[in-house]
Amino acid sequence: MASSQSMERSGGLQFPSLKTVLAVITGVMMLVDLYFIFMVAPTDAVLGHVQRVFYFHVPIAIMSFLAFFVVFIASLMYLFKRSPKWDAFAHASAEVGVIFVTLALITGIIWARPIWNTWWTWEPRLTTTLILWLIYVAYLMVRSYAPTQSKGAIYAAVVGIIGFVDVPIVYYSVVWWRSIHPSPVVGPFAKSDSLDGTMALILLYSFITFVFFFAYMVMERMELRTTEEALGRIRFALRRRGE
Amino acid sequence: MNGLLGPMMVIVWKDLLLELRSKDIVVSIVVFGLLVVVVFNFALNNIPGRSEELAPGILWAAFAFSAILAMNRAFVRDQEQGGLEGLLISPVSRDAIFLGKALTSLIFMLLVEAVLLPVYAVMLDFSALSWYLILTIFLGTLGFAVVGTLFSAMAVQTRSREIMLPVLFFPVLLPVIIAAVEASARAVGGETFIGLGRWLPLIGVFDAIFLVICPWVFSFVVEE
Repeated sequence: MASSQSMERSGGLQFPSLKTVLAVITGVMMLVDLYFIFMVAPTDAVLGHVQRVFYFHVPIAIMSFLAFFVVFIASLMYLFKRSPKWDAFAHASAEVGVIFVTLALITGIIWARPIWNTWWTWEPRLTTTLILWLIYVAYLMVRSYAPTQSKGAIYAAVVGIIGFVDVPIVYYSVVWWRSIHPSPVVGPFAKSDSLDGTMALILLYSFITFVFFFAYMVMERMELRTTEEALGRIRFALRRRGE
Repeated sequence: MNGLLGPMMVIVWKDLLLELRSKDIVVSIVVFGLLVVVVFNFALNNIPGRSEELAPGILWAAFAFSAILAMNRAFVRDQEQGGLEGLLISPVSRDAIFLGKALTSLIFMLLVEAVLLPVYAVMLDFSALSWYLILTIFLGTLGFAVVGTLFSAMAVQTRSREIMLPVLFFPVLLPVIIAAVEASARAVGGETFIGLGRWLPLIGVFDAIFLVICPWVFSFVVEE
């Protein structure tokens, strides 16, 4: 504390915070990513320009699964260690994860309409993603509807653990359900083997960009929560003084 | 009273006695279960030829909605009169409280289903006399009771508790509902062994996993 204050007073060079560095890196990478996707990436011979949504869709979808894995680990750590830091980490990852799942569903629908000629199909990955969305929206709901913040943290951790354990079971149940009711829609997933070299590189780059983006969003959200808590304490103190 | 079974049975007996005297859970859920079938019959246009195809779906939709109603009540009586605090103060392990509560819910649901199943069999025109169907119903209801009891203990503490329980319950229980519908369709349709080989174990695995996890996390949910 003392050292940082003296640094501010001396007006010397101060290293920007990790969050600011991440924000700048993410911003630059995002712009380059856009350039790659729309200018460099070759247009798919069969699918046309719609295929470009894949450079967003695939990284976002993978990141959302990773986000919920983070929620799972952070929830376990919170139940064992009871440090608010783990709860803040789980909370931030869950919120960003829900946004990512929502985006994955929307970009998926944009893709599905022209390519599969349907907005939605009850295919295992789509169904599992939808269930993920529902579970983690419930996660956020139970957190905010709980009687106290500490109860909300515990309830959310419980849902974070149960939900993550449940996801593979959901996936397999829908896979088996599908195999019994064959679908007229043929999945495009075999296509990924035939991905052109440039396309694969851009997809990889796009994925790394979204990893940075995710890290930045989570840090921003955690900082926001610290501010929220400080504000809550100030409000509480003011109210007590007013009485 | 450090054993598990003794305190469990005391809790189950307490809830059964309360239910025996008030009869407000089982009776109201049976009536609700009948209403669900009437609604689905018209919503899905259940004409005689399609009955076998639709019956398992209607059966499990009705059971799942009934389970939600039963679970919503599981902790309400304890919550309203401070009984849960008494339970938690008593020298009984949290596992015993959880398993006792889950067993009570299981018994209530099985009672309701035992009444509803013959009625459904008549109304929807399928044969309920199948051991596989009964095994499926038992395993599926066990999954409902275990996960439902945990979520109910959380939901009862939250604002808008009646909504919180289904919002938590349905996405997590989806594999059980899928597997139970598929297994029942095969049990009712007579092709007993085809497909049962994977659906019943799926429910069994689900039950086993959550029978381990739920008592463990329950101790965190009820702590002060």
